[in-house]
Amino acid sequence: MIGNWLDIGPVYQIEPGMARTLPVEGGEEIAVFHTMTGDFYALVNKCPHKQGPLSQGIVHGAVVACPLHNWNISLKTGEALGGDEGCVPTIPLKVDAGRIYLLRSAVLGEKPKPEAA
Amino acid sequence: MNAPVSFDQESARKAGRERLVVIGNGMAGCRAVEELLERDPDRYSVTIFGAEPRVNYNRIMLSPVLAGEKTFEEIVINGQDWYEDNAITLVSGDPVEHVDCANRSVISASGRVEPYDRLIFATGSDPFIIPVPGKDLPGVVTFRDLDDVDRMLCAAEKGGDAVVIGGGLLGLEAAHGLSLRGMNVTVIHLMPTLMERQLDEAAGWLLKEELERRGQTILISADTEAILEKDGHVAGVRLKDGREIPADIVVMAVGIRPNVALAKAAGMEVERGIVVDDHMVTSDPAVLAVGECVQHRGACYGLVAPLWEMCRALADGLTDRPSGYQGSVTSTKLKVSGIDLFSAGDFSGSDGSEDIVMRDAARGVYKRVVVQDSKVIGAVLYGDTADGNWYFDLLKKGEDISDIREALIFGQAYASGGALADPNAAVAALSDDAEICGCNGVSKGKVVACIDAGAHSVDAVRSTCKASASCGSCTNLVEGLLAITLGEDVESGPKTMCKCTSFTHSDVRRLILEKELKEIPQVMQELHWTTPDGCSSCRPALNYYLLCAWPGEYVDDQKSRFVNERLHANIQKDGTYSVVPRMWGGLTNPKELRAIADAAEKYQARTVKVTGGQRIDLFGIRKEDLPAIWADLNAAGMVSGHAYGKALRTVKTCVGSEWCRFGTQDSTGLGVKIERMTWGSWMPHKFKIAVSGCPRNCAEATIKDFGVVCVDSGYELHVGGNGGIKVRATDLLCKVETEEEALTTCAAFIQLYREEAHYLERTAPWVERVGLDYVKSRMFDEADAVAKLAARFRISQKYSQIDPWAQRAGGDRKDLHTHIGEVRPLQMEDVL
Ligand SMILES: Cc1cc2nc3c(=O)[nH]c(=O)nc-3n(C[C@H](O)[C@H](O)[C@H](O)COP(=O)(O)OP(=O)(O)OC[C@H]3O[C@@H](n4cnc5c(N)ncnc54)[C@H](O)[C@@H]3O)c2cc1C
Ligand code: HEM
Ligand code: SF4
Ligand code: FES
Repeated sequence: MIGNWLDIGPVYQIEPGMARTLPVEGGEEIAVFHTMTGDFYALVNKCPHKQGPLSQGIVHGAVVACPLHNWNISLKTGEALGGDEGCVPTIPLKVDAGRIYLLRSAVLGEKPKPEAA
Repeated sequence: MNAPVSFDQESARKAGRERLVVIGNGMAGCRAVEELLERDPDRYSVTIFGAEPRVNYNRIMLSPVLAGEKTFEEIVINGQDWYEDNAITLVSGDPVEHVDCANRSVISASGRVEPYDRLIFATGSDPFIIPVPGKDLPGVVTFRDLDDVDRMLCAAEKGGDAVVIGGGLLGLEAAHGLSLRGMNVTVIHLMPTLMERQLDEAAGWLLKEELERRGQTILISADTEAILEKDGHVAGVRLKDGREIPADIVVMAVGIRPNVALAKAAGMEVERGIVVDDHMVTSDPAVLAVGECVQHRGACYGLVAPLWEMCRALADGLTDRPSGYQGSVTSTKLKVSGIDLFSAGDFSGSDGSEDIVMRDAARGVYKRVVVQDSKVIGAVLYGDTADGNWYFDLLKKGEDISDIREALIFGQAYASGGALADPNAAVAALSDDAEICGCNGVSKGKVVACIDAGAHSVDAVRSTCKASASCGSCTNLVEGLLAITLGEDVESGPKTMCKCTSFTHSDVRRLILEKELKEIPQVMQELHWTTPDGCSSCRPALNYYLLCAWPGEYVDDQKSRFVNERLHANIQKDGTYSVVPRMWGGLTNPKELRAIADAAEKYQARTVKVTGGQRIDLFGIRKEDLPAIWADLNAAGMVSGHAYGKALRTVKTCVGSEWCRFGTQDSTGLGVKIERMTWGSWMPHKFKIAVSGCPRNCAEATIKDFGVVCVDSGYELHVGGNGGIKVRATDLLCKVETEEEALTTCAAFIQLYREEAHYLERTAPWVERVGLDYVKSRMFDEADAVAKLAARFRISQKYSQIDPWAQRAGGDRKDLHTHIGEVRPLQMEDVL
């Protein structure tokens, strides 16, 4: 089942509290986040408000504040928090032996299948 | 090294039983057998293979063995007699090398063939070795079994330097042991926080301080590039930033990987670990697996508590009383004597969760409990872990804590203490001479007297009797006394910096200097922040205050800066950036203009605009092109214009006496000099300057933060002006005769503003808040005040006049400007 996961490299490429981007040819750019507590999340890099690049926001807890108008977006669910409405797709991610993997089908924008693992 | 058990006698006892073979004589393997014997001692004839040439011992106690607190004999769980008494065949020092599932037998390294009816994999984990040059050198060890401990002890006998790579649980326990054994220890940790999986930034900082106090060197955010060799033995470690650390021994403790090779070769379903169901059965119904080598519902574990639960489910299944393993919630403790540390559950700070934080700087205590939907979901404790198990219990049981919420953070004794559960009642119960504020020695009686005398807010109490004015740890007691004494009449006092603290901006700035606080987590601990790592309003403020207080010493924290200051460009509404190179005093030349024109074409700037600050703005530049466009502009001699920062923006000038018939002084020349002196400085907010050559004031100097209006007899210096929504004309600060004085006074004013204004307060509201007279008195009452302020400004400028664009164009912080990779759907393997 490893084949379903796309290896995007070692964890230390992303400093905690920061995010980095992964453009997808013919698809949506993905933002991969590393929180201060060491968790990793991936979202489509587009704020549900006006498409702000979420990868450039300040990360606090498991939340990113969009750099354009400061909407708070949950890294876990992609949903806008605190009264704002909207949701950005999340990409299933796992970390194994120091490397980050994204679910292939979700990277391509297909609906994520429930993962057996 | 087989166990000395007579073969005949044994086979007789075992006749007729099902044959159970266990691969792995470690903690899970033996516990599984114990559980099985407890349920049905006669059902299986058991053979255990162990790669290690010894009996079953308690692996977690290897740390105390290394530290010299225990001997190997003391950590044996099951000695030789246990195997004999239970008729278990132990094949130790002889690893299984092949599993033949079709014929149901295993083959060991020595060639021993053992048939089975049921097989259990309990192969544990292997230490993960980072693939750097030199990883196989003699002297590079891991920390997994007794042989590793022996190797470390052998090295420690000779003394010298030890480097531990990995600041997690294992690495820190290894470092502690080696340090107690007399070695000079350096820990290299990739992440900025020690044990970042188990601790948050605040607790990680406290741990680091304590280890450093004990003489270890802790290098965080440090990435190992290579292990160095001398005479065929390890000699040191080189980091990616070029630093080299000498080492006589290097311990790799960067993590573990489930040991699955054998199971994989045998055809078992394997992902990260050996995949098992709730009864610990693998994809082959005759084969089970237990311990660190398994993956259950997607999770792999690296602690013993889950293994015990797995072993119970496994034994229930093997004795036909299936119960099922449901997965585990884990908690962590560090086994380093004298350091109390506990963590459990989820403290990532997710949606809807709430942090309850208590700090006691004097005792070095930090407690954080995370609550969601009235349930404890996580806890981090440092310095006082007495209530760790209580929180863990509340967490596992998912108990509703609404009733004890107020007292939760003070611990079990307090929360269940009836009347004491109301903190105000507890304060009321104190006697009059009970001490409230330890820092300033203020008793309850004194605080109450001071409230009665008219101090109706925390701030008023602080300024009259000094209670809670130093570290703030007794703020809640003072608040309690105010509530008891005044009821509804408590006044809120001046606004605090943000919801994370009870101190105002000015308090925080004063205390940073008084207590010599030099790092963000230190400020938060010493001043009793009520959140674990602050918020997006206090982090940037603290970063600025520390930068201003400790020039050259404080390391700027990029995570605490907004995107524009992180990327040194202004983000635009479509996610592209604008780039504004500096034009000193608004002057430019054909070479610069040509470079700007070339850059505009090359990087496809969609708009090129002249700004109101007399320079040129290129709009629509892509994030990944920023370092390249900066390199091109640098090549033509231009540097960052800081149009994106809380920093010196521009110095706008008019043409002045050089060309204008009205000009009284060289306003352009002075503007250039001022900009050369002030560029690059970080400020509480943006800062704009202008110099006009005569009172006609074409440069609009009287709506700037600092404005110079030249007159025949010298220079009028104006401050606190602002365009924008609320226009404010400047106030006249003073008049000086020479350019030199104008420059020095400008530097002094800026430094006063830098040192005293609140973060995000422009000069206009600052001057209105403190009053022009105050500014004047701070600058002119003492004869040398201006000179002193200006000198401090110049010192700080020594460290800030480094062009950030040149640094980035030169490859600094590449991660901020490049993609992590690129996906092309047709060749998904090509993540570049
Ligand atoms: C120094 C140290 C400190 C620790 N401290 C703590 C702690 O404080 N708290 C905590 O909860 N956990 C701690 N742990 C983790 C804990 O020890 C492990 O979770 C536990 O030992 C895992 O048990 P296991 O049986 O799965 O693996 P192990 O105990 O490693 O047993 C696996 C055994 O299988 C053997 N083996 C592997 N392959 C073969 C083969 N092919 N043939 C025969 N034998 C084989 C190995 O040699 C090993 O002896 C610590 C670990 C270490 C190393
Ligand atoms: C929060 C409100 C403001 C926003 C969002 C804002 C935004 C901007 C932007 C996008 C620019 C373009 C140059 C660049 O990329 O930096 C700019 C430049 C400028 N703004 Fe504002 N501005 C604000 C407030 C003000 C105020 C209050 C003034 C007047 C005092 C002002 C005066 C100027 C001037 C003179 C320039 C040119 C500065 C330079 O060349 O660096 N702005 N501002
Ligand atoms: S301010 Fe005075 S000197 Fe400067 S350009 Fe205007 S008129 Fe000339
Ligand atoms: S685009 Fe993200 S908040 Fe507006």
